[in-house]
Amino acid sequence: MRPAALRAEGWGWQHAGRREWAVRGLDLRIEPGERILLLGPSGAGKSTLLKAFAGVLGDDEGDGAGRLLVDDQDAGAARGRVGLVLQAPDANIVLERVGDDVAFGCENLGVPATEIPGRVARATAAVGLLVPQDRSTAALSGGQQQRLAVAGVLAMGAGAVLLDEPTANLDPRGVPEVRDAVLAATAGATLVVVEHRVDVWRDHVDRIVVLEPGGGVLAQGPPDRVLREQGSALAAAGVWIPGFVPRAARSPRPGGAPLLAAEALAVGRDGAAVARGIDATARAGGALAVLGPNGVGKSTFALTAAGLLPRVAGRLEALPALADGLRADPIRWRSRELLPRIGCVFQQPEHQFVAPTVRQELAVGPRALRLGEQAVSDRTTEMLETLRLGALADANPFTLSGGEQRRLSVATALATAPKVLVVDEPTFGQDALTWAGLVDLFGRLLDEASSVLAVTHDERFADALGADRLVLA
Amino acid sequence: MTAPLDRTNPVARLLVAIAFAVVLVLSVDVVSAGVALVLGGLLLLAAGVRPRGLALRMLPVLLVAPFAGLTIALYGAASGGVLLSWGFVHVTEGSLRLGLATLLRVLAIGVCGIGLLGGIDATRLADGLAQLLHLPARFVLGALAAFRLMGLLGQDWRALSLARRARGVADSGQARRFAGQAFALLVLSVRRGGVLATAMEARGFGGPGVRTWARPSRLGRADAVLVLAAVLVLGAAVAASVLTGSWHPVAVLGG
Repeated sequence: MRPAALRAEGWGWQHAGRREWAVRGLDLRIEPGERILLLGPSGAGKSTLLKAFAGVLGDDEGDGAGRLLVDDQDAGAARGRVGLVLQAPDANIVLERVGDDVAFGCENLGVPATEIPGRVARATAAVGLLVPQDRSTAALSGGQQQRLAVAGVLAMGAGAVLLDEPTANLDPRGVPEVRDAVLAATAGATLVVVEHRVDVWRDHVDRIVVLEPGGGVLAQGPPDRVLREQGSALAAAGVWIPGFVPRAARSPRPGGAPLLAAEALAVGRDGAAVARGIDATARAGGALAVLGPNGVGKSTFALTAAGLLPRVAGRLEALPALADGLRADPIRWRSRELLPRIGCVFQQPEHQFVAPTVRQELAVGPRALRLGEQAVSDRTTEMLETLRLGALADANPFTLSGGEQRRLSVATALATAPKVLVVDEPTFGQDALTWAGLVDLFGRLLDEASSVLAVTHDERFADALGADRLVLA
Repeated sequence: MTAPLDRTNPVARLLVAIAFAVVLVLSVDVVSAGVALVLGGLLLLAAGVRPRGLALRMLPVLLVAPFAGLTIALYGAASGGVLLSWGFVHVTEGSLRLGLATLLRVLAIGVCGIGLLGGIDATRLADGLAQLLHLPARFVLGALAAFRLMGLLGQDWRALSLARRARGVADSGQARRFAGQAFALLVLSVRRGGVLATAMEARGFGGPGVRTWARPSRLGRADAVLVLAAVLVLGAAVAASVLTGSWHPVAVLGG
């Protein structure tokens, strides 16, 4: 495998139906074998640039300007030289079994069949994916899926490997492992990583490149120099810079009257419990962080507490201050009755979108509460501004970037001012600016005597809310 | 030891299942369907199909087949002595025979089709369709990858119901709610399809070069045995039917 050179000459991209350019006038040279950490605030076109280098940005997705070259060849014609790993790990899976999936790229590139098994074995070994080749791809954990995706592009013999937030959706304990596997496996290839968390990669890359939203390169150079000279500016732009904590922790707040109480609660789907014996109380003005490793039923607990899944056993009681005249069991409430009482933000924002534009999406909740047109419009506008979604008001929610979608899904829940807000991993993959924005919003909600129940891996977030801890195991 | 059927190529199984269905719709009579059902069933057992698993997979067919037979018996073309007459219902000797033939036919096609295709490996079938039947790789692999996504539809549907309840839009009438949610599922599926297409392209799918296949798909002795056995079973069914004079090609029924 020969490492690939990547070059942008006055390159730009405008997504279909948007007024602003995502990237404009970009000039960038990446030498063969170089390792680059690509930074920039949410919406700076980082994912778009990776897709364009991989030659998978379709003409129907927008308009381009300038040139993108891979080894002096047009990027669109250099398929196979550049391997792209998409943001969500499961988005990269094509086939049903691990071995078949890794082989998929080789087959497409016309690698002789006799050579493929060897390549597959070497690639899976290089990323440390120690499962049988016939293991179902659906049965892999997030970290294993990420390794599988990298193995898939390694087996192709790609000269450049581009990774879009490879550790954003991982359990924090799995992050260093996956990073080290990626670094070891891509030794000798050109590597470009997009990631918000600088500390994970700074000691392992040759150069940091910072993109400017709607522009080109804002800063670039050796990691230490860029961080020293640009650190505060980058932090202000939302990049996670070691040493810059966006928001100080609140002192833990005891919270006031109980709103929602679980006692010996067992949660699960279809009557089969995945977690039992949960005792927890959500209090007015207090936050509760639900922690624990993957797969212990945190999300199922959240959905149950949010009045969306029936409980399997035990008690879940909405106290009068929350129930406000309704019976104590939230699963018995109507959908519209739930709205001002318990809001819920799902782990996958896409499931929650019901309207064709961001503005209409925000209006759905207030309208269901039968607020007047003026009130609906005021609240919508307020949410657009607070969560920095104003420029996207007329965009389709499905076309937003991952970070923007997350912000929108939180905003839709806040728009109905629920007394209890249940959120599932609200800070996954967020830049520091959005993170701080979320902390502010949740903090305000707490100040207004609402309660926040957050499923999270993010200890810093729990600290920032001064949250009580509930650890499921 | 693997069952003999597991050693056959999925393409051979698919073609044999199609052959059974085609031959059995040529004529509606008790003899050909009965012989095919009995011999076909024995063939499957010999090939290592487990009766219990087959019965479970057959459940929907077992539930529906009697109704198909009953409908024909009650409303089918009248011929021969009238056994019962009540309004539109005319049960005659002829319609009763037709009803029984229909019942056996549905069962025979069901047993052979489900027995042969049940538990078939989608990836190997796609390999075979592209390499042996030379169907376009773009089509076959696109369908295969999309097929994997089908498994996610159920999960998506459940998540959508919960999400719509959380958004306060789940109180409308059932029909409207269903329509709204079905549309949301469609939007989500299209979106997933788009992401899948990008992931496939990112790995060189649809590129200009000639594609290779990591898993060669070949026809072997097991496939020859399967095809031969199927020819014998179908031949015996048709011969028995013709010799007993019960062979009635479908076209005659229409006339």
